[in-house]
Amino acid sequence: MNNYQENDILLVMKKIREKYRYSTILLRELVRTDFKLRYEDSALGMLWSALKPLMLFTVMYVVFVHFLKMGNGIPHYPVSLLLGIVLWTFFAETTGMGMRAIVENGGLLRKIKIPKSVVVVSRAMSALINLGINLLVVLVFAVLSGVQFRWTALLLVPLVVELFIFALAVAFLLAALYVKFRDLAHIWEVIMQALFYATPIIYPLSMVINMSPLAAKALLFNPVAQVIQDARSAVTYAPTDTIWSLVNNPLIQIAPLLIAAAITTVSILYFRKASRRFTELV
Amino acid sequence: MSKEIAIEVKNLSKHFRLPTEKPAGLKQAFLNWTRGVKGYKKQRVLHDVSFNVEKGDFFGIVGRNGSGKSTLLKLISGIYEPDGGSVRVNGSLVSFIELGVGFNSELTGRENVYLNGALMGFSVKEVDEMYDDIVDFAELGEFMNQKLKNYSSGMQVRLAFSCAIRAKSDILVLDEVLAVGDEAFQRKCNLFFDDIKKDKMKTVVLVTHSMDAVREYCNKAILIDSNKMIINGAPEDIANEYSLRNLDPSFANTQKDEASDSIVKDFKIELLSPKQVNQNEMIEIKISYKVMQDIETNALVSLMDMDRSVSIIGGRTKTELCKKNTEVIHTGAFDLSQINDSTIKIMGEVWDSDGNILCYLPDASSPKFIVRRTDYGQSKAKWAILFDRGKWR
Repeated sequence: MNNYQENDILLVMKKIREKYRYSTILLRELVRTDFKLRYEDSALGMLWSALKPLMLFTVMYVVFVHFLKMGNGIPHYPVSLLLGIVLWTFFAETTGMGMRAIVENGGLLRKIKIPKSVVVVSRAMSALINLGINLLVVLVFAVLSGVQFRWTALLLVPLVVELFIFALAVAFLLAALYVKFRDLAHIWEVIMQALFYATPIIYPLSMVINMSPLAAKALLFNPVAQVIQDARSAVTYAPTDTIWSLVNNPLIQIAPLLIAAAITTVSILYFRKASRRFTELV
Repeated sequence: MSKEIAIEVKNLSKHFRLPTEKPAGLKQAFLNWTRGVKGYKKQRVLHDVSFNVEKGDFFGIVGRNGSGKSTLLKLISGIYEPDGGSVRVNGSLVSFIELGVGFNSELTGRENVYLNGALMGFSVKEVDEMYDDIVDFAELGEFMNQKLKNYSSGMQVRLAFSCAIRAKSDILVLDEVLAVGDEAFQRKCNLFFDDIKKDKMKTVVLVTHSMDAVREYCNKAILIDSNKMIINGAPEDIANEYSLRNLDPSFANTQKDEASDSIVKDFKIELLSPKQVNQNEMIEIKISYKVMQDIETNALVSLMDMDRSVSIIGGRTKTELCKKNTEVIHTGAFDLSQINDSTIKIMGEVWDSDGNILCYLPDASSPKFIVRRTDYGQSKAKWAILFDRGKWR
């Protein structure tokens, strides 16, 4: 009897190991395929993944820095702007693509047993690769515009990890909900538009502080805003308003992290529960 | 002595939620929620199915369309989660509900093999090892670097099938994939199945409509009908039971297309003997019809082999004068001792003495039965209509 139970535990452990192995194999192949297909048949191919952000940056640089004269007097504003846009784009891409992952892979999920989370993660990974390329371009740009890197630039790594986890968690929640409510795609688009303007990306946070310091603090409760401000501070090492500099209470300082953790927990639990019936609903 | 169990299915049940009023969006869902409408009703697809597949088995699952056999396969494969009972799989399992799942027409044949491999859980290294085998079997060597969209549909199917059967796994689950490719490729597949049947390490679960395949390859089978498991046993019994069940018209015979002025009414042929007979048994039938006027009639009967679409035995009653409004009844028996295994439909016509056909037996009310010989022994000469009459020296 005891022996039998021991066998059961071994079996479960073996299953978990196999599932993990399978997930990594699958994830790698899905991301590779996605990347391969993205620039298929274009003359410049892979080069586009670096060329595109470079060109987009140029456009934004010209519009925001030369015409709108935003961030006048803020040190390294162009670098901050690009960094913010790059991080936001990652969040938007992960949540938007991740939301559709389950539904768009319905044909696959109905025919073969694959861990449902893998298709969502694979989209987040694709977005992460884009982010990596974009960040490289931003860093090169930063060097060219005279940013002196300090050790704090290394903080970019944990910040990206935080953003990745948070974006992935939101994507899980959206993906599970989108299976049932297809209106979500449109609603999310509107929410993202609102969030974009509620996040200090194109305008400096100091602009908000001048109007209402309380509102500025509230904006930083958004984990994405917190990450963006922290990343700016870490990379440019110029005085930047972050949750750490605006708030003194340590409990409130970690509020964005707590919010991210709470959303992550809820969405993972919900995704696990809902995924049981995905194959019947998609 | 008990062999190792590969798949254990215990009291398995599954239902689907069929939307009654599909909440096509948030608004509808909200309205339903406020009204207390659940928005779905439960549709039972499988009820209390239990069986074991042992290691090395070639296991058949047969059943009519909509009987729940594909759902069963998806439960075994882990695509659906059971609502009751359990499925335990011992060993690595690869399932093919459909061929070429995940194939992408923008990728080359080679890339697709690797993608398909990853979907089945094989690392690049493992696919490397199988790759040559797969390409050889598919006979697509020179096309592997072409994009899949440039393949003919036959080539795509061949590649998909090769990926499926060359996959190194303990348990292979296949859903009606036997009918692919040209004749030469079919032969190759059959050879492969013969091989795998002998392989005591490899377990195969096959869902199929082809009773020939069940007889040929399976050593065990189950029959699923109306969401329940009907029998679990020898492939021969399963195949016979399946054929018998298929004889019953699944739709009610409502057609009454006799003209009101027709001379013959209520034409019926009844089967008096069982629906399955062997070479020693006679088929007995009863013919009955009513005539609406005084007329000389006879009835013609034809035993039609449904698989071969040919009439194999005919018979005709004597012409006799029938009085108005009387019922004519004939009984007769046919000797089938010379016929090989077949599925037979009885057709009938009523004629007058001038050779005019007065009435046909409606197709839906044609009785059907099957012949299953018990005296084949070593001889497997079943393909012809007639039993082996050769005198062998």
